[in-house]
Amino acid sequence: MISGAEALIRSLLAEGVDTIFGYPGGAIIPVFDRLYDYKDRLRHILVRHEQGATHAAQGYARVSGRTGVVIVTSGPAATNVITGLSDAMMDSTPLVVITGQVGSELLGSDAFQETDVIGITQPVTKWSYQIRNVEDLRWAVARAFYIASTGRPGPVVLDFAKNAQVAMMEWRGYKKCHFVRTYEPNPVINDADVERVAAMIDKARRPLIISGHGVEIARGEKELLALAEKAQVPVTTTLLGLSTIATDSHMFKGLVGMHGNVAANVAIGECDLLVAVGLRFDDRVTGDPAHFASQAKIVHIDIDSSEFGKIITPDATIHGDAREVLARLVDKVSPARHDEWLGSFDKAWKIETEKVINPELNDKSRINMGCVARKVSEAAGYGAVLVTDVGQNQMLSARYFKYTAPRSIITSGGLGTMGFGLPAAIGAKIGAPDRTVCFFTGDGGIQMTMEELGVILQYGVAVKIILLNNNFLGMVRQWQELFYDRRFSETELVNPNFVMIANSYGIPAEDVETLDELDGAIERMLAHDGAYVLNVNIDPEELVYPMTPAGSPISTILLNKDERYEK
Amino acid sequence: MEYNNKKELFTVTVFSENRVGLLNQISIIFTRRKLNIESLSVSPSSIAGVHKFTITAYADEETISKLVRQIEKRIDVLKSFYYHDDEIVYQEVALYKVPTVELLEEKNLESIIRHHNARILEITREYTVIEKTGHDDETTALFEELKRYDIRQFVRSGRVAVTKSPEEYVTMYIEERARRKEEIERCLKDE
Repeated sequence: MISGAEALIRSLLAEGVDTIFGYPGGAIIPVFDRLYDYKDRLRHILVRHEQGATHAAQGYARVSGRTGVVIVTSGPAATNVITGLSDAMMDSTPLVVITGQVGSELLGSDAFQETDVIGITQPVTKWSYQIRNVEDLRWAVARAFYIASTGRPGPVVLDFAKNAQVAMMEWRGYKKCHFVRTYEPNPVINDADVERVAAMIDKARRPLIISGHGVEIARGEKELLALAEKAQVPVTTTLLGLSTIATDSHMFKGLVGMHGNVAANVAIGECDLLVAVGLRFDDRVTGDPAHFASQAKIVHIDIDSSEFGKIITPDATIHGDAREVLARLVDKVSPARHDEWLGSFDKAWKIETEKVINPELNDKSRINMGCVARKVSEAAGYGAVLVTDVGQNQMLSARYFKYTAPRSIITSGGLGTMGFGLPAAIGAKIGAPDRTVCFFTGDGGIQMTMEELGVILQYGVAVKIILLNNNFLGMVRQWQELFYDRRFSETELVNPNFVMIANSYGIPAEDVETLDELDGAIERMLAHDGAYVLNVNIDPEELVYPMTPAGSPISTILLNKDERYEK
Repeated sequence: MEYNNKKELFTVTVFSENRVGLLNQISIIFTRRKLNIESLSVSPSSIAGVHKFTITAYADEETISKLVRQIEKRIDVLKSFYYHDDEIVYQEVALYKVPTVELLEEKNLESIIRHHNARILEITREYTVIEKTGHDDETTALFEELKRYDIRQFVRSGRVAVTKSPEEYVTMYIEERARRKEEIERCLKDE
């Protein structure tokens, strides 16, 4: 006979788990007690705050494609994981989060550190389940991993009552879950739908692909490029889809959305067929949906059929795994040439290069955020993983980083969680120890989860931290400047000495005050065998362009303070 | 698909596993879209182990169709549907408690009961309980008529409904899922 806590550990091992992000506490002590005997097989990363555990698990999951595992206690620990759960739900990230819970006999009595975890987490999880009886444990764990990692991935919560942790059971082995009657993660792709869409692609004269996070999740990058090349369909991406195609690929035509590339957003208005793969038409992508792709037939390919028509009404859909669907389309479409259409992107690219990109990269008077991102990306050989926080640092690093490998951008897209970055970068480095992980953040975002520097100290996680410091909440400041008459309400920060903070955690750090210090600092950062912090002096007047104001048609594009893009 | 955006009363049915917490999962999907649940009833269905929720709400068809897909997305939900009134046979039960003394003087009591096809469930010296099954307008009509006898308590159940369709989609779906399970198990054995 073994305890429920022991059975949990054995179940995790049977699921192939080797890394857990967590934090112990009263209602989960029995599990941590068992963990003590499995140190050789299960690496536990002790975070400094439970929110950090969830974001670290997200970073780990996004970079590796494996399910991130979190173990925390009840009550305040369970409420602290809500932000990470919501973020993982919005960005389709597989997590299994195990929360301790008071004993079943105390449930509902407002016991010490009791909270209604199932009630709170249901709206922000794919599935949540309370284990009150030790006999349910293996079933629940198997189901949790199956549900979290298959179909459209997402977070699952197991709320593990203390009585079930200590109750004894017979082990009798572990069976993985491969089927849930009410849930189909691998829908059979309808041949007729594929034929129909292939015919639409063949017929189109100005077809356009938007590739989203679903392509990355399905590992469909090769098939995406094959389809683009065979049918000569230019590829644009969402923020989370940026690394589904190499930035320097001749088929890549830009990032769509509020701070996307001009050519990509203009093309959405001009294409006659829009093929959206693995994305959910976020408002930051569509702008005003009534004016979105107004000349185009729209094809929506997704594994989650509830996304069809949620925002944009499609003319055709294919329900299924993005990689499989793309592979089937590659077979069905006819080779085509759209030279004129492909060439038509050049004009907008030329204007963006002239008006936005060159000024951002070649400004001699100050250090621009985009310039830092491009230099770091280049110095790291373009193969690094970009992790961002949220705001200007996110948009500019995402825009100016270059991507050559899949799973190279980890950012909070849907929820836009400030504080996501530092723990996510730690998780990403742990999930991909052989890759360089560059974390771009701002002075606001880093202070939201700065306690996680302790994890870098304790485990020696070699994250390169580039702090774009303008002593402002830059993105809010940008909106205040553009739309609120420069009334900078509560966006200015008086900041600590970040170099001293980094040093106190044993992390080498330097201030980068002027442009001529930048290259050397980047070189030292990347050459150092471990974590490193660059605190880069950024002008608060720097704004992110291009920009489509919220709620405007996506082709309404500001190039700078004074100029709009005109066709 | 094009919908008109007229608001009407839709009946939503949800078939689910019998698991704790499902009502909460379903109701928050209504709440998030600012839809007020007009009536709700939960019971076992004709299929062993499968629970059926019958919910009514005023909405336009586009909203209700998206809502149904969000409900169906919940892991433990088997299937969810929405119906216009003409696609279902539906019924509600109402109970009316009136002081017996008020009825004793009434010469037309028999004709009221007869006319409304109601029945008397219980009579004591103090009160009488009348039951009426029917549509909302019918139970309301009886309420209006009984008003003058000083109704002490009135309650109306949530709508219950069965479809007029000859096809039993949920049964078919469950059979399809059973075949899928066998197929997956066969694949696993082969590996």
